[in-house]
Amino acid sequence: MRPLTIDELKKLFEKLSKYIGKNVEHLLKNPSEAHAFRLQKDRVYYVSESLIKASQSLPSETILSLGTCFGKFTKSKNFKLHITALDVISKYALYKVWVKPSSEMQFLYGNNVPKSGLGRMTDEVPQYGGVVVLSMNDVPLGFGVAAQSTGQCKELEPTGNVVLHQGDVGEYLRTEDDIY
Amino acid sequence: MAKKRTGTKVAKGSAASKSARSSKSNARAPKRYEDEESEEEPSSGGSPLQASMDDSDDDSGNGAFTDDNKGWLKIKGNKGPDGDDEEDEEEDEEMDEIERKAMEIDAEKELEAKEAQEELQRERSDKNSKFHLPTAEELALDDDRVVPPSELRDRIESIISVLSNFKFDREEGRSRSDYTTQLEADLSDYFGYLPELIALFLKMLSPREALEFLDASDKPRPLVIRTNTLKARRKDLAQALIKRGINLDPLSNWSKVGLKIYESTVPVGATPEYLAGHYMLQSAASMCPVMSLSPLPGERVLDMSAAPGGKTTYIAQLMKNQGVVVANDLKSERQKATVANLHRLGVRNVVAVCNDGSSYPKVMGNFDRVLLDAPCSGLGVISRDQSIKVQRTVRDIERTAHLQKKLLLAAVDSVNAKSKTGGIVVYSTCSVSVQENEQVVQYMLGKRDVKLVDAGLPFGQEGYTRYQERRFHPSLKMTRRFYPHVHNMDGFYVAKFKKISNRKLEDTGKEEEEEEEEKGGKGSKKKKRVEEEVEDDDDEEEGSDVEGSAGEFGSAELVIDDDDFDSAGGGA
Repeated sequence: MRPLTIDELKKLFEKLSKYIGKNVEHLLKNPSEAHAFRLQKDRVYYVSESLIKASQSLPSETILSLGTCFGKFTKSKNFKLHITALDVISKYALYKVWVKPSSEMQFLYGNNVPKSGLGRMTDEVPQYGGVVVLSMNDVPLGFGVAAQSTGQCKELEPTGNVVLHQGDVGEYLRTEDDIY
Repeated sequence: MAKKRTGTKVAKGSAASKSARSSKSNARAPKRYEDEESEEEPSSGGSPLQASMDDSDDDSGNGAFTDDNKGWLKIKGNKGPDGDDEEDEEEDEEMDEIERKAMEIDAEKELEAKEAQEELQRERSDKNSKFHLPTAEELALDDDRVVPPSELRDRIESIISVLSNFKFDREEGRSRSDYTTQLEADLSDYFGYLPELIALFLKMLSPREALEFLDASDKPRPLVIRTNTLKARRKDLAQALIKRGINLDPLSNWSKVGLKIYESTVPVGATPEYLAGHYMLQSAASMCPVMSLSPLPGERVLDMSAAPGGKTTYIAQLMKNQGVVVANDLKSERQKATVANLHRLGVRNVVAVCNDGSSYPKVMGNFDRVLLDAPCSGLGVISRDQSIKVQRTVRDIERTAHLQKKLLLAAVDSVNAKSKTGGIVVYSTCSVSVQENEQVVQYMLGKRDVKLVDAGLPFGQEGYTRYQERRFHPSLKMTRRFYPHVHNMDGFYVAKFKKISNRKLEDTGKEEEEEEEEKGGKGSKKKKRVEEEVEDDDDEEEGSDVEGSAGEFGSAELVIDDDDFDSAGGGA
């Protein structure tokens, strides 16, 4: 378990700011307690200071998970965001998309969100901007990328994609192994 | 004349009924029935039908009974001087016929009743006739055929009723052990258990209770979920699930987060609420150890046997995501499920590790609370895994008991006795055997400076203080046992320890007295005492001591169980 290098941090923040923009600062300067990122076996964990201190005595080979796993660095050193980060991201998300109940299950199966399933959308979402997908009850379902900007989405035909799927909570059932 | 009147005016039917009526009195005094009949009628009075049938009225004029009409009174068969008509005679004869028939019917009925009584008596005495316990030769005849389960069940029930009233129901020459042996064999056949497991259950429970337990272990317990208070409220969750088509109710009054599922049109483990981490599938029994542990926000807690993470997430939710929880499990495959559950439920204050539980506290110590939900034989959760019936042996139970003792020692050593808010160890298993429960707790009381405290659970049976030839410390009454046939929960056991000091109660020679409690330096005699107030030991030694004690407990166990009781009984 080690802190991230500058490069790794840069890549991480780049990815995160697509979804939460400047709020990345809030992640580090959490009001309740200071948090930090740690790397363990190519996975990035978002951990509180007290937890880091407590885990220091534990032999790092035995640690499976610390705090919240945000994602991992791929073989080509890119950062991939995992669904396990959803809780944290949805709190600070800039762009949100609300999905109608009829399309909920479709999104949870890993499909994109069509225009017909679109309930609401924040204004001025840039095209290919990171988006958090919520149900009409404000329950976070996953995240993705906006296929079109908000204005263009309004004029989209019903079968056109609004959100391109990137991660959803259904993965807890579909790809359990990857979570660890 | 009554008869005349009825003959002329009223239908035969009523005549028959009348004679039926009169035939009742007939039984008493055949000659007088006309008398009584006419007596009865004035009293009934009122209805016109009655009036018409009322003889005496007619003749006496007022309804008062007089003897003036004595001439009417006819001895049966005699025709009075009243000048009976042919008609009358015929009617009389008819009535006589009917009378006779009525009497016959009466007699028949009586006979029937008598016979019925006799048969009842016979049956009763048949039932009272002793249940015949098949002898070895008779059983050998059964070897060829497959005994139908219903027959086995009947025999089981009969033996149980005989055993409960043994003095009167036993057959001559058959001993109690004959009956119990046969019962064991039958139960083993009927339910499909290894015979030694049946023997174990019969040692713990009465035959009738054992049957109930075995029956209950064949049926599933109700499905229960636990609300994740980090993300949802129980009320909102219940509403959302009901909207999805799930029939549910709050679990019971002792749980604020449990929900019992009756039936569901959608898979409970795949709803969007489940995936969003609003609840966790967890049995009611598994909630109890964590309720007993009652961790507080900001503490350091260790969950020694955490996978797949139900209890760990409950701990985290009770701590409101503050503090530190170390979730440990030996098997990394299962621990991955823990990690997944932790993330799904939005838990932030847990570090999931993969270590042997007995490596604590060397790996990490000084916890405020420790939960040890020890690996066990699973005799209480047979309803979930029927293969336990044939896979578990008494040898397995011994092995798991050994492991549990080792782990519990490590758990107690990992707790900081001087913790401001804690110093608590909760030991729980999903087994009902005494070897894995009370015996392990008793062993602990003799090995470390701990005492039992009230488990804090509002129900459940008290733990045993004696079992077969063993005697346990009276404080074991504060531990709790759960049974599937009594509580409709998985078979479970929960014991809550409070650590008094870091002293170890054996190794009297090499104790180092770094610190002493106020009660002064008690000597090596304390080794056998189960009470508190002993000196502290050097914490650093704990690592090696764990190994030492683990090897020794074979002999120490005997010491504790036999000798300790005497002193504890005296001292307690």
